[in-house]
Amino acid sequence: MSTTPTPDRPSLVRASMLVAEREITSQVRSKSFLVSTAILLVGILAAIVVSSVMSGRAQDDVPVAVVTSVAGEVPTTDGLAVTDVADRAAAERAVRDGDVEAAVVPADGPLGVEVLAMESAPDALLDALTQRPEVELLAPANADGPVRYVVTFGFGLIFMMSAISFGSTIAQNTVTEKQTRIVEILLSAVPARALLAGKILGNSALALGQTAAIAAVSVLALVVTGQDDLLTLIGTPVVWFVVFFAVGFVLLASVFAASASLVSRIEDTGVVLQPAMWLVMAPYFLVVFFNDNATVLSVMSYVPFSAPVGMPVRLFLGDAAWWEPLLSLAVLAASCVVVIGIAARIYERSVLRMGARVRVREVLGSRAAR
Amino acid sequence: MLELHGVSRSFGDRLVLDDVSFTVGRGRLTGFVGGNGAGKTTTMRIILGVLAPHAGTVTLDGAPLAGAARSRFGYMPEERGLYPKMQLVEHLTYLARLHGFDKAGAASRAHALVEQLGLAERAKDPVESLSLGNQQRAQVAAALVHDPEVLVLDEPFSGLDPMAVDVVQGVLAERAAQGVPVLFSSHQLDVVERLCDDLVIIAGGRVRAAGGREELRAQHGTARFEIVADGDVAWLRDVPGVLVDELAAATAVFRADDDVAQQVLRTALARGPVHAFTPLRPSLAEIFRDVVIDAPEPDLQEAAR
Repeated sequence: MSTTPTPDRPSLVRASMLVAEREITSQVRSKSFLVSTAILLVGILAAIVVSSVMSGRAQDDVPVAVVTSVAGEVPTTDGLAVTDVADRAAAERAVRDGDVEAAVVPADGPLGVEVLAMESAPDALLDALTQRPEVELLAPANADGPVRYVVTFGFGLIFMMSAISFGSTIAQNTVTEKQTRIVEILLSAVPARALLAGKILGNSALALGQTAAIAAVSVLALVVTGQDDLLTLIGTPVVWFVVFFAVGFVLLASVFAASASLVSRIEDTGVVLQPAMWLVMAPYFLVVFFNDNATVLSVMSYVPFSAPVGMPVRLFLGDAAWWEPLLSLAVLAASCVVVIGIAARIYERSVLRMGARVRVREVLGSRAAR
Repeated sequence: MLELHGVSRSFGDRLVLDDVSFTVGRGRLTGFVGGNGAGKTTTMRIILGVLAPHAGTVTLDGAPLAGAARSRFGYMPEERGLYPKMQLVEHLTYLARLHGFDKAGAASRAHALVEQLGLAERAKDPVESLSLGNQQRAQVAAALVHDPEVLVLDEPFSGLDPMAVDVVQGVLAERAAQGVPVLFSSHQLDVVERLCDDLVIIAGGRVRAAGGREELRAQHGTARFEIVADGDVAWLRDVPGVLVDELAAATAVFRADDDVAQQVLRTALARGPVHAFTPLRPSLAEIFRDVVIDAPEPDLQEAAR
């Protein structure tokens, strides 16, 4: 046996990939992971379909207000539920109150009419008019009431849930390895950095996969229920969300792994994970409480830990210029590199120290600590 | 051969290893013996590079150990650890791949070892479902799966039934015969006595004795002899230079140096027939007590914590 040629030690990258592969396969094979993912996806699909059926927007006639003086301009075609109003002021009130989706009012132009609407004029009305009039949008900042809340909370919630569930998995695996001491065997084969990198990579891939699946199911459900207009609104932010999530989760994963490496028993993880948990939950609560506060959202969209929620929300609300997500992503990626460096240092020095909880200051301090 | 030169290590203020030096020869089964907290586990962790020494070096065939060389080591840690949910063969395959084997090579090695250690029926079971003795065998397999060039095993025999001890012993002896230096710790002195070629006795973080089993027996413990004669041997008490330990009619156990012992034998023969005259070699337990008790024991706390 010792006569057989012995293979070279695997490179750091290859070792990391092996560790990542194990993380992924062991997770994908676990029933609890498959069941919870299935429930999550079905739940999202159901929520979108049910809300579409409830609002019944696909079938109903589009309610339109028409000022009596120009009533002749609007044909009484199918698909329009026309309400007569006395003047422009009354028409505008009806639009703002949400009684109607748009109003046709007299105007100075060559056509003599223009259309008032909140965020966009319904196609059904514009198609019905013989010539396209001017459209005046009363609330051009895309998103309106309920959609705005649902979408912003959605980003916050999905980020929080994914980060907590996969972050906890990382933490649990790290402590289990320490508790069972398999880490000693692993470290006699591969360096601690490969172990940490593989853990982060594997779980990030899973988290990203799940998030991408959520995004795909949401898009599919919106198309199937005919809510394409909403899709054009959230399409770009969703793509950005997935991109930000990919980088942001790597950041959080390294925080979770480093935190968990400080303790030796599963029972002790709660305390050390608390800071990481706050980092994960903060973006959600900020979005819930401050989703109409542009300043808070702007700050959020640049702070690395909340950017994966903050920036897509701002893009969705139309508050962010085209270069802003790129800048924020650069900030996020840079801080990711720094945090991973610190996390690797903590992990390397504490992962073999059994017994009492290891102090962060201790491991980050002198070299003698190892 | 694996050599430790002046290795020291402390945890906080406590010196756990103090100038530890010994060698583990190729093809030799070397037993590492010491009480709880004597520093065995810490020493093994340092050999494996899992822990860094504060002073001293570890060399293999004269070359200092770097990370790459250590990945050719096989290690069985003190506290048994494998992923509880992973299937046995899959787990062993994973470990072999981490050591650089390709997938097929790793899998065939894992299967062969499982077979050799009598775990074939359990190959597809999750590790957590194995009995304690079988988990122990699995742990030995984990240390061997990548054909290590050096084997370091912390208490490989604890918790094994006599048959399993034989199986594991056979596997280790086979590796040693291939020229692999094998170091294993144990506090079951009878097992160590039976198995090992060389011995290292450690206490209080210092090596108290090291060398071949027979040399140590010769060096340590006083020479004792048993004599069985035809008549009463009470006259032994009056021989100068003889210390009688046990005396029962025609049988006696006494301590004396070799010359005096030969003198005693001649005297006994002159008095009548002698049925037996046997030098009693000290058992390992006696040597251990002898070596360890003579030395001051500063600290018996768990050193590895």
